[in-house]
Amino acid sequence: MFELLGIPPQALFGQLLLGLINGSFYAILSLGLAIIFGLLNIINFTHGAQYMMGAFVAWMLLNYAGVGYWWALLLAPLVVGAFGVVIERLLISRLYRLDHLYGLLLTFGLALIIQGLFRNQYGVSGLPYGIPPELTGGHNLGFMFLPNYRGWVVVASLVVCLATWFVIEKTKLGAYLRAATENPTLVQAFGINVPRLVTLTYGFGVALAALAGVLAAPIYSVNPNMGADIIIVVFAVVVIGGMGSILGSIVTGFGLGLVEGLTKVFYPEAASTVIFVIMVLVLLVKPAGLFGRNA
Amino acid sequence: MKLKTMLLATALVGALAGMAEAQTAVKIGVLNDRSGVYADLSGEGSVIAARMAIEDFKAADRGLKVEVVSADHQNKPDIGASIARKWYDQDGVDAIFDVPTSSVALAVNQVTREKNKIFIDSGAGSTDLTGPQCSPNTIHWTYDTYALAKGTGGAMVKKGGDSWFFITADYAFGHSLEQNTADVVKKAGGKVLGTIRHPFPGSDFSSFLLQAQASKAKVIGLANAGGDTINTIKQAAEFGVTQGGQNLAGLLIFITDVHALGLKAAQGLVLTESFYWDRDDASRAFSKRFAEKSGGKMPSMVHAGVYSGVLHYLKAIEAAKSKDAGPVMAKMKELPTDDPLFGKGQVRADGRKIHDMYLFEVKKPEESKAAWDYYKLLATIPAAEAFRPLNEGGCPLVKG
Repeated sequence: MFELLGIPPQALFGQLLLGLINGSFYAILSLGLAIIFGLLNIINFTHGAQYMMGAFVAWMLLNYAGVGYWWALLLAPLVVGAFGVVIERLLISRLYRLDHLYGLLLTFGLALIIQGLFRNQYGVSGLPYGIPPELTGGHNLGFMFLPNYRGWVVVASLVVCLATWFVIEKTKLGAYLRAATENPTLVQAFGINVPRLVTLTYGFGVALAALAGVLAAPIYSVNPNMGADIIIVVFAVVVIGGMGSILGSIVTGFGLGLVEGLTKVFYPEAASTVIFVIMVLVLLVKPAGLFGRNA
Repeated sequence: MKLKTMLLATALVGALAGMAEAQTAVKIGVLNDRSGVYADLSGEGSVIAARMAIEDFKAADRGLKVEVVSADHQNKPDIGASIARKWYDQDGVDAIFDVPTSSVALAVNQVTREKNKIFIDSGAGSTDLTGPQCSPNTIHWTYDTYALAKGTGGAMVKKGGDSWFFITADYAFGHSLEQNTADVVKKAGGKVLGTIRHPFPGSDFSSFLLQAQASKAKVIGLANAGGDTINTIKQAAEFGVTQGGQNLAGLLIFITDVHALGLKAAQGLVLTESFYWDRDDASRAFSKRFAEKSGGKMPSMVHAGVYSGVLHYLKAIEAAKSKDAGPVMAKMKELPTDDPLFGKGQVRADGRKIHDMYLFEVKKPEESKAAWDYYKLLATIPAAEAFRPLNEGGCPLVKG
């Protein structure tokens, strides 16, 4: 029986599948970031906090209102997305004419404030959120035990990513969006309300982060720092994929999940750094990212 | 500049000396994690515990004016060391308490020795504090990795868990905990099948759990802490690790972790602690008062350790009639310790404070009668056996 560097193939398949699951979170999160960056030119550092808010809103719905996982999957992104719309109208919209740096500072500051508020209220140990009863248990695939919930996460995020890609690349609405990215003045002249389009896009990007948060709630503990841990990696994913590239962020998200999964088998100590090593290499060879266009 | 500082210092000393005739002013610094992974098990709760100790000692009636200050070391050794330096040099702090995160504790240990002040650690686990890096200025109060390994590791091997796989946080504390436990396991005739060092902090442990599953070890030892342990246990339940016949051994689990996990995920875990709020009348009375001040949260053993440490420190100041490090440390080691939370004990020559440790099992959801009703007592490990023998630590302060 063949072995690869001392790892039996069964173990390898298992690890690849796990990598794909982690990649699902990277993909949804980096997709949201890519959309926001593409249209608003804002590097949304609040993304991690909004992901965390998604998980917390799901927890609150369950514990304060008795609303379960499936409704939370719909409601939490709406609530957090609406919060994003308010932030965009009140604060971010004032920065479009300024340097990137201001947007970065604003969103980073917001992230710190939001995390601080949640930490004050709920502590740092996290809150329990159970797996929905329909998805408990798992299947023995022969080479590994796959919990049903993890399988669901992969499927759900693939569907969401592909649907988003389809809307942006293949529909009329997506065409408006892409046109507004290229030349907002001209698009406005054709009678399209570009500021509203921008606001809704930000809201949608934020809602994607919140959706990832709800998906993550039963796997990771719901705690105020959960976003801060993952967001740095997600930024690396966006940079590797190419800033603003929709397809790039999806493919890179899943791909880097796989790479990280393999690292955890061969050299676990490097699991948290491997993505950044790849980022350095990619930037050296292709400064615009794997799927980015050279400006 | 130097002259000015000196003049200022002289003036300050003069002023303090004037006050001392009436009252001795003592300043206590509680240095811990107030925003990161260990904020719930230490954090503001340790400040509350320190204040309660001062209140219970009736410090004001005994001529001591005790003030408490606190700061966040963010789990970073450089930040912890510079806060300690500033506290000792500029703010007149006499003793530092708590300091979870072993790497930070070891840094504060150095600074305290250099400045000849007092450091009483409650939150950190590394046995190095009373081993090679022991100091005449440091006491390690609540627990250490040796005691945890002895308690939990020993109990698991006794129950038949003789093959182990470790999932270890890749820093000083994790290594120390893994090493201590592996020693206990091997000594009892068990073997270690494999080890994984994961980056700290982590969030997804499924990959490591899968490897642990594949190893077919009877026990998976979690040599990590806080949020890492919580996520590992949660994901182990998801991947059916315990249903597969393997046991999880959480080598450092605090009650705040069990609270965060919920009993459904945490049930059946065996763990070692030096304090549990519901153990006897005295601990219940203390914890009820604590909970009133902390928004309903019960104290962790780290909080209890800060309380007990501050109490003993103030007793020693009273007995030594001085707050200088030399005489106070001598008194603390000379006087037996005795308080409602840890009972009778002593501070050894190497700075290790010894007391009984307890082996608990986490209750099933249906066994829990009230909020925070989480543990049942499996065994009491007597003080004399719980900690590393005095002559085995390699502490230069121990002669012979």
